Amino acid sequence: MEELTLKIEHLCSGFFTERGYVPAVDDVSLVIPQGQVVGIVGESGCGKSMIARSVMGLLKYPGRITGGSIQLAGRELTGLPDRQMQRIRGKDMAMIFQEPMTSLNPVATVGRQMREALLLHEKMDKNAAREQVLNMLERVGISEPEKRYNAYPHELSGGLRQRVMIAMAMICMPKLLIADEPTTALDVTIEAQILRLIRDLSRQTGMSVLLISHNLGVIAQMCDAVYVMYAGKIVEQADAFTLFDSHAHPYTKGLMDSVIDLKTNPRRLPAIGGVVPNLLHLPAGCAFSPRCPLAGERCRAERPEMEQLAPGHMCRCFEGRRA
Amino acid sequence: MALFKTKAAAVSEELASQIGESDTLSIKLRRMVRRNKLAAFSGVLLALLVLCAVFAPVLTPYDAVTGDIAQRLKPPSAAHWLGTDEMGRDVLTRLLYGARVSLAVGVVPTLASMIIGAALGMAAGYLGGKADHIIMRLADVMLAFPSLLLAMVIMYTLGGSVLNIFLALTLISWASVARVARSETISLKESEYVEAARSIGVRPARIILRHILPNCIPSFIVLFTLNVPGAILSESSLSFLGIGIQLPNSSWGLMVNMGRQFLYNAPWISLAPSAAIMLVVLCCNFLGDGLRDALDPHLNND
Ligand SMILES: Nc1ncnc2c1ncn2[C@@H]1O[C@H](COP(=O)(O)OP(=O)(O)OP(=O)(O)O)[C@@H](O)[C@H]1O
Ligand SMILES: [Mg+2]
Repeated sequence: MEELTLKIEHLCSGFFTERGYVPAVDDVSLVIPQGQVVGIVGESGCGKSMIARSVMGLLKYPGRITGGSIQLAGRELTGLPDRQMQRIRGKDMAMIFQEPMTSLNPVATVGRQMREALLLHEKMDKNAAREQVLNMLERVGISEPEKRYNAYPHELSGGLRQRVMIAMAMICMPKLLIADEPTTALDVTIEAQILRLIRDLSRQTGMSVLLISHNLGVIAQMCDAVYVMYAGKIVEQADAFTLFDSHAHPYTKGLMDSVIDLKTNPRRLPAIGGVVPNLLHLPAGCAFSPRCPLAGERCRAERPEMEQLAPGHMCRCFEGRRA
Repeated sequence: MALFKTKAAAVSEELASQIGESDTLSIKLRRMVRRNKLAAFSGVLLALLVLCAVFAPVLTPYDAVTGDIAQRLKPPSAAHWLGTDEMGRDVLTRLLYGARVSLAVGVVPTLASMIIGAALGMAAGYLGGKADHIIMRLADVMLAFPSLLLAMVIMYTLGGSVLNIFLALTLISWASVARVARSETISLKESEYVEAARSIGVRPARIILRHILPNCIPSFIVLFTLNVPGAILSESSLSFLGIGIQLPNSSWGLMVNMGRQFLYNAPWISLAPSAAIMLVVLCCNFLGDGLRDALDPHLNND
């Protein structure tokens, strides 16, 4: 059996607000085999970042993991005390964020921020750390690393900053890199470069990547396997080829159509009508049923379970095969 | 209250997000000098005053403690620019030596209260929960007291001395600093770079020292310049009431007090130190305003 870098089983996490429990992630299971790039795709607010934060142990108050298990290379992460999570974060797993413009401390030099992880986890002295940082900067395609080492973040462009963020996340060679919409804030050409960089680094080092995006194009380019998410639940999962070729869930179809629409007829509105449901008041049946063109009686009354359509292809829909 | 809090958090978050885009401290200061002449002038004046206080023995031929009784209560003249007091001492000389105490009283307790307030406020903001609750309720209690009254009580019980003045003034001003430090910390804690630091496993103490504190420095600088005049005024009031600095030490507030009896025949004895207090307080406020504008990212966009 191939080795799993990340194994999430029945993960539930949500927010305990004054108005009630918000189930942002509901019974999500997901695996990332070693060296693979796995994508999560879905509309804004469906809980993608919440999964990432649950794995990193960086949930924001009042968010909490309420059930399930998360295993990083066989080691259970849920329930670990903060001190131990601090030892794992940055060393065995790391994360890059959406906003490269604000993800670096404006008053510290790039070099000082990048070497922080090495000083912490590898107990390196400053000179050795500096060497390693310069190597890493070079590796992520930053020219004149010496100059950038002493630069302040505001002296760098957005693309460069995201490269720095990637270098910073990878400096201790983590087993897992979580990239939460790493290119949303960048323009298209830079986006392609950054994605290629992440994929190349993953291939060279055998690092697994969890790539989060609401952009199917990005997912298509990058991923081995894809999970489609809606209102806190996985609604379809398959390898990238199957998903694009023979997706089964009407929501996935809607996402595909909106991409195609934008390409062929940019003036038409994206294909999925309606809005994401309020997580506090989810419909009794399938969460997607109010927006679904195929929804029937049963969809509104009963919640569908994940069903296997083909080996490795799962879908949560009563009408799945018809989409 | 809840509404106000979220609004404040949102605003400071916006501020924090723009810090990433703005210039370095030195650029901002240079821009302030260029744009806000009044603030720059105030800064220069304050610096001069400090120099005068430090080099008082060189600047004046007279002695601050012993005077020439024959020369008592003389109006301003070429020999005594600001006249003499009831013991024949040169008022300008007294003013320069008094500046040492008054400025020290402005700076030392303010600095001490900044350090204490910043440490407590940042701990409260970063840790949240119970620690936050305890520290901030304590601060609320402090703020609910009329501060001068509190300082008076302290001075009465401890007795008047420079050290006790420092203590009293520190005690009455740390709470407002803690409030500012807490709200800054809460907004910075949510910022992406603090999150990024956490995501590579940096521990809380180091995050506060390395990532949050440096980004609070601009507001602390502004707060400092705005708190110094308050301390100077408090000391003046206490000394005027006779429970602050004690003779033979002197401060501007004490000089105003001493000159009170001669207000009709020799008004310069009280007026000179009053004017000095006013000047310093105004300069600090102008400088503080200028710094606030210079360091506020919203006003830097043109
Ligand atoms: N503090 C909070 N209290 C209650 N609900 C929250 C809170 N923060 C986030 N949520 C909810 O949690 C859900 C999941 O948010 P999450 O950030 O994971 O979405 P996302 O899929 O990453 O979206 P995006 O594409 O916009 O980043 C959202 O529906 C959001 O409304
Ligand atoms: Mg997100």
